[in-house]
Amino acid sequence: MTIAKDFTLAELIIVAAAEAWRGDGELFVTGIGPVPRIAAGLAKMTFAPGIQLTDGEAFLVETPVPLGPRGDFKPRYSGWMPYSRVFDSVWSGQRHAMVTPVQVDRYGQANISALGPDFRKPKVQMLGVRGFPGNSICHKNSMFLPNHNKRTFVEGEVDVVASVGFNPKNWPEGVKPAADLGLIVTDLCVFDFNGPDHAAQVLSLHPGVTFEQVQEATGFPLLRAAGMKVTEAPTEEQLAIIRTLDPHGVRTTVLKGNPPGIRAAA
Amino acid sequence: MTKEMTLKSVVAELRDGMTIGMGGWGPRRKPMALVREILRSDLKDLTIVAYGGPEIGMLCAAGKVRKLIYGFVSMDVIPIEPYFRKAREAGAIDVVELDEGHLLLGLRAAGHNVPFIPTRVGLGSAVMINNPQLKTIRSPYEDGEVLVAMPAIKLDATLLHVSRADRNGNTLTFGPDPYFDDLFARAAGKVYVTAEEVVDSIASDNPEDMKANLVEPYLVKGVVNAPLGAHPTASHYSYGWDLPHLKAYVASAAEENGWAAYFDKHIAGGEESYAASVGGEAQIRQLPLPTM
Repeated sequence: MTIAKDFTLAELIIVAAAEAWRGDGELFVTGIGPVPRIAAGLAKMTFAPGIQLTDGEAFLVETPVPLGPRGDFKPRYSGWMPYSRVFDSVWSGQRHAMVTPVQVDRYGQANISALGPDFRKPKVQMLGVRGFPGNSICHKNSMFLPNHNKRTFVEGEVDVVASVGFNPKNWPEGVKPAADLGLIVTDLCVFDFNGPDHAAQVLSLHPGVTFEQVQEATGFPLLRAAGMKVTEAPTEEQLAIIRTLDPHGVRTTVLKGNPPGIRAAA
Repeated sequence: MTKEMTLKSVVAELRDGMTIGMGGWGPRRKPMALVREILRSDLKDLTIVAYGGPEIGMLCAAGKVRKLIYGFVSMDVIPIEPYFRKAREAGAIDVVELDEGHLLLGLRAAGHNVPFIPTRVGLGSAVMINNPQLKTIRSPYEDGEVLVAMPAIKLDATLLHVSRADRNGNTLTFGPDPYFDDLFARAAGKVYVTAEEVVDSIASDNPEDMKANLVEPYLVKGVVNAPLGAHPTASHYSYGWDLPHLKAYVASAAEENGWAAYFDKHIAGGEESYAASVGGEAQIRQLPLPTM
């Protein structure tokens, strides 16, 4: 294990995001989007060999498939995961996904559906709620947000609650809000919703980022988690695995300007 | 009795105001030849139920849709369907935006002739607010849990694209994932399939082959020989989705009278000239299947 000296912010985030699946045993894992997918692959190749990944279509694979054109890489299949079985896995709670919503609020609710106050005539139609309502009430979800700002982490409530959270007003009377939120990994920090009464608390700040800076970029109050630290730098071994999982460098396009992992002090 | 029909004779059996299910998933195995035939017809006021892809955008652009019941409308690597987005942002269509799983459960309930299926899915989410017709029930057992009673989604007809069919209505559907074609079929009880090839009999000596049989012939009312009939969506293992064509389709939505131009170029001339208008059969058959 050699701590890397030279790495990008995207690589730091991938390593931090992989931690979401530590201890997940043989759960079905879906990393949606390049960074979550590379992170899931990294977790499987290192400390979480049991997690089940697909080829992005309908088959479980022994080794994570690299992003983009595969060259000599030939997937080895070890299971079948058509959408019907995805739903079975979701509804039985045997899955942990990492997703990238457009809006997240203080209640841990998230939106990918549409923007604007009128759902009948949205200002911006996005993806629809897709599987988020079912995912979020049935299994654990982590999130990756590449732009930590108040448009993403909104001050009020998200426009459309696609992914459920802890706002009692959205739940039927007598039903206790139930959401299982894992890590929220952003370009500034890692946080979760495991503070008192599901409050957001910062677990680690990326190198060169201050807590005040994160708070300033967030539309709701954040707490400092006990033992809040600096997000760990990748090791050379992790970087080597990341390169095999992303041979065409898609990760260099995820964050604007592909900044270095250690920011110059503000 | 042969079930063989033409695209035109299938569309002639559909009526204004019907609720029609579309098989496939996003840009995969959509019954596009039949959709184009609908676009050429004067059918209107349709309720369309789908895990939607470009068929939804096209039907919206052509003003065929009164109401849309969907788990999503997306072309996967092109996440937003441009004409669907336009229709939504104009408030032009009624929508029932459901969790993807709700759609599955609603179709299953319809197929099983029960009024609803209980689920946790939807609780705590905007789906319950945006769809006040969805009700909750309390479990009659000791747990007393409050659940969503996902109502049956009854269909008047379902359109599917399959790999191979015979004139008795036996079908084989190849590919990595059957999606929910079986549930769409049963929820309608009345299915029209387009097939990459229509053969005398799909029968095989190898029982394993029959795992690709998704629906019973009693559900299949019509079989249409429609090679390349899923284009520009993928039909495993005959051709992949046509990403360059889909990108051109998306670009048309940003142009003035873009839909009319797309329609004139590719649809107005009929299916006979469709393949030629999108590059020809040889080119379509070389389209790679998606690598995610």
